[in-house]
Amino acid sequence: MSEKTLNEFKGTAEQEAALKDVIAKHHDQPGGLMPVLQEAQGIYGYLPLEVQQMVADGLGVSLSEVYGVATFYSQFSLTPKGKHQISVCLGTACYVKGSDKILEAVENQLGIKSGECTPDGLFSIDSCRCVGACGLAPVMTIGEEVYGKLVPDQVKKILDSYRTEGGAAE
Amino acid sequence: MTINELNEIRKSKSDLIKVRRIIASEAEKLAEKTGYRKQVLVCGGTGCQSSGSKKVLAALEDELKAQGIEDEILVVRTGCFGLCSLGPIMIVYPEGVFYAQATPEGVRRVVKEHLKEGNICKDLLYKETVHEDGSIISLAETNFYKKQRRIALRNCGVIDPENIEEYIGTHGYEALHKVLTSMSQDDVIKEVLDSGIRGRGGAGFPTGKKWMFAKASQNDVKYVACNADEGDPGAFMDRSILEGDPHAIIEAMAIAAYAIGAHQGFVYVRAEYPVAVHRLSVALDQARERGLLGKDIFGTGFDFDIEIRLGAGAFVCGEETALMTSIEGHRGEPRPRPPFPAVKGLFGKPTVLNNVETLANIAQIIRKGAAWYASMGTETSKGTKVFALGGKITNVGLVEVPMGTTLREVVEEIGGGIPNGKKFKAAQTGGPSGGCIPAKYIDTPIDYEHLVALGSMMGSGGLIVMDEDTCMVDISKFYLEFTVDESCGKCTPCRVGTKRLLQILEKITSGKGEMEDIDKLEELATHMKSSSLCALGQSAPNPVLSTLKSFRDEYEAHIKDKKCPAGVCKSLLSYEIVADKCKGCTLCARNCPVKAINGTVKQPHVIDQSKCIKCGVCMSNCKFNAIIKK
Repeated sequence: MSEKTLNEFKGTAEQEAALKDVIAKHHDQPGGLMPVLQEAQGIYGYLPLEVQQMVADGLGVSLSEVYGVATFYSQFSLTPKGKHQISVCLGTACYVKGSDKILEAVENQLGIKSGECTPDGLFSIDSCRCVGACGLAPVMTIGEEVYGKLVPDQVKKILDSYRTEGGAAE
Repeated sequence: MTINELNEIRKSKSDLIKVRRIIASEAEKLAEKTGYRKQVLVCGGTGCQSSGSKKVLAALEDELKAQGIEDEILVVRTGCFGLCSLGPIMIVYPEGVFYAQATPEGVRRVVKEHLKEGNICKDLLYKETVHEDGSIISLAETNFYKKQRRIALRNCGVIDPENIEEYIGTHGYEALHKVLTSMSQDDVIKEVLDSGIRGRGGAGFPTGKKWMFAKASQNDVKYVACNADEGDPGAFMDRSILEGDPHAIIEAMAIAAYAIGAHQGFVYVRAEYPVAVHRLSVALDQARERGLLGKDIFGTGFDFDIEIRLGAGAFVCGEETALMTSIEGHRGEPRPRPPFPAVKGLFGKPTVLNNVETLANIAQIIRKGAAWYASMGTETSKGTKVFALGGKITNVGLVEVPMGTTLREVVEEIGGGIPNGKKFKAAQTGGPSGGCIPAKYIDTPIDYEHLVALGSMMGSGGLIVMDEDTCMVDISKFYLEFTVDESCGKCTPCRVGTKRLLQILEKITSGKGEMEDIDKLEELATHMKSSSLCALGQSAPNPVLSTLKSFRDEYEAHIKDKKCPAGVCKSLLSYEIVADKCKGCTLCARNCPVKAINGTVKQPHVIDQSKCIKCGVCMSNCKFNAIIKK
């Protein structure tokens, strides 16, 4: 599979041990697959087939079931994300205030499209539906940081602050 | 915990909280008894946190210590006050004065000048609260708050959500005690039924009936679930309630559990709401510590506990059967009803599923009685409704008004009207399942029936205001893009229908539409409504149908004249430079990202339409208004 050759799985023994703990914790919980996948994504940053296989084996369910759940929910990603995950809100309140132009500015700045990751692994872009900070529309988040009341011209400066220091902009 | 212990806590906290609720003159007398000269409330809701309330809070605490008055002043981090666009928000009691858009520097001044020396920093207050003669009004007297009636939001922005004693100080958990010690299951259900409260998640089914059906189902195991999967873009009332008053939800779920005979509850909450999840987890732990959750609550033999389950970003999971499938750990696909959840729900057991805002009303209905609740609202829609005001409106934020309040009151009075002198065009309610209410119906009272009659719906309460710069065809397309993304794919009418609707709308907005496309939209929409499996597909065509009903001329302009009247749809507009106005300053040419503007200095410039990508950068940069959009 092309996906596999592009992103070779580089899981560590520590990550695998952490995943086993998570599986053990939720093994007997009804409906435990979702929390396991959520925590697994927290450990690996994404859910490659190798991780899905370990979850399936650990919980005693089929890989197709795990894959079905992992691909159903937008929170789960089968490909790695950037070090700084950018999420531009395209909820209604942001949209009517021009968040599509913010997304466009981010895409132009980074030269990638929404859903993709820059080749250096520094940034990935996603759009999301409402972070509930509608008072600050239009909004984008980078990691945990929220940037509100944006205009497209601000985007470059914000992204540059991550490029140089790798930290959040003031 | 016993009722005596509960009363002790309430007594010790009630004055402190009362200071935050009553008028300044009375509050001042009361403040002396509380041990704190002043109380400073800082909003810790998501909106204010995003605009920097954490830094404000840190500066506040730091400066209080620097001035040596940290023991006289109580600092409380609350949930959402509602006026999100003015964040970070800070209120000082007993005066009740309202500092807006607080900054760390401003806060240091407030500590020194106001809190220490007693001189209010008028220049930092929300300007509407300072009159020209210099007199100050309190937050409760502003246009934004005056017409509101806060029931579900009554503790939001008043108490510290991470302190169970503050909740108890507002009579918290008394309703649960009353239910467990003096009411039968049927009494509780009757009270809720008589109050007339209907589900606030969207459909408006009477809450009491849901409980009655679930109680009537015979089974050893039953469940109570709370739907906090607030997926409608632009709606954030459930998030604010969970962030501002999580114990109200816990208490209500326990009451529901007693009424139907359940001992386990689930809260299904969006993973995108980390603050809400955190506050709810803290509240659950505190309730367990005090014995208000767990075994033998209030010594009555009643057992109940709650587990949090995180959603993973699927809009369809707000639909009740899909939500339950998701809690069970599967793909969140809906299933046909009947059987209804009250008969066969979570893990195949009878289940009551209520929305966050619905639950936020329950304890008060029990404590104050059904008649009190039913006295508010209209004939068929009782009580109040929380709306998340957003879009092109001055006061973006959360408002709670009695059912039957008109759209005009909400938009013009509470919302403060449309900014920048623009005209009100429409209000969108109900999110991707609702529709647009055009300006001519601005005096319609808002309740379940009136909104449906206008082709929209109450939905969860998002209310997005649109002005003349919003293209209604583009908005329909926006919602269809959303439902295409979020359709789970299980049933054909929704999976294929949403995609086809979107394709037709794309055709129209790109200038290739034909008049029969409108008929196709209507026909397809009607079929989808009648044949989709769940509410997502049944309501997905609503944005199209309602805009077609009220704004058909805009569709026709796109199709016949190949024009977008609002100037939004890129394929149908062009930017041009008015030669008379252009001074040849070259600013536009230098900023154009595709070098589509030509001309020499001090001579009128020209846009090469074949290169132009219609980004609008030239127009926003021009200092002489020489660039127009056609």
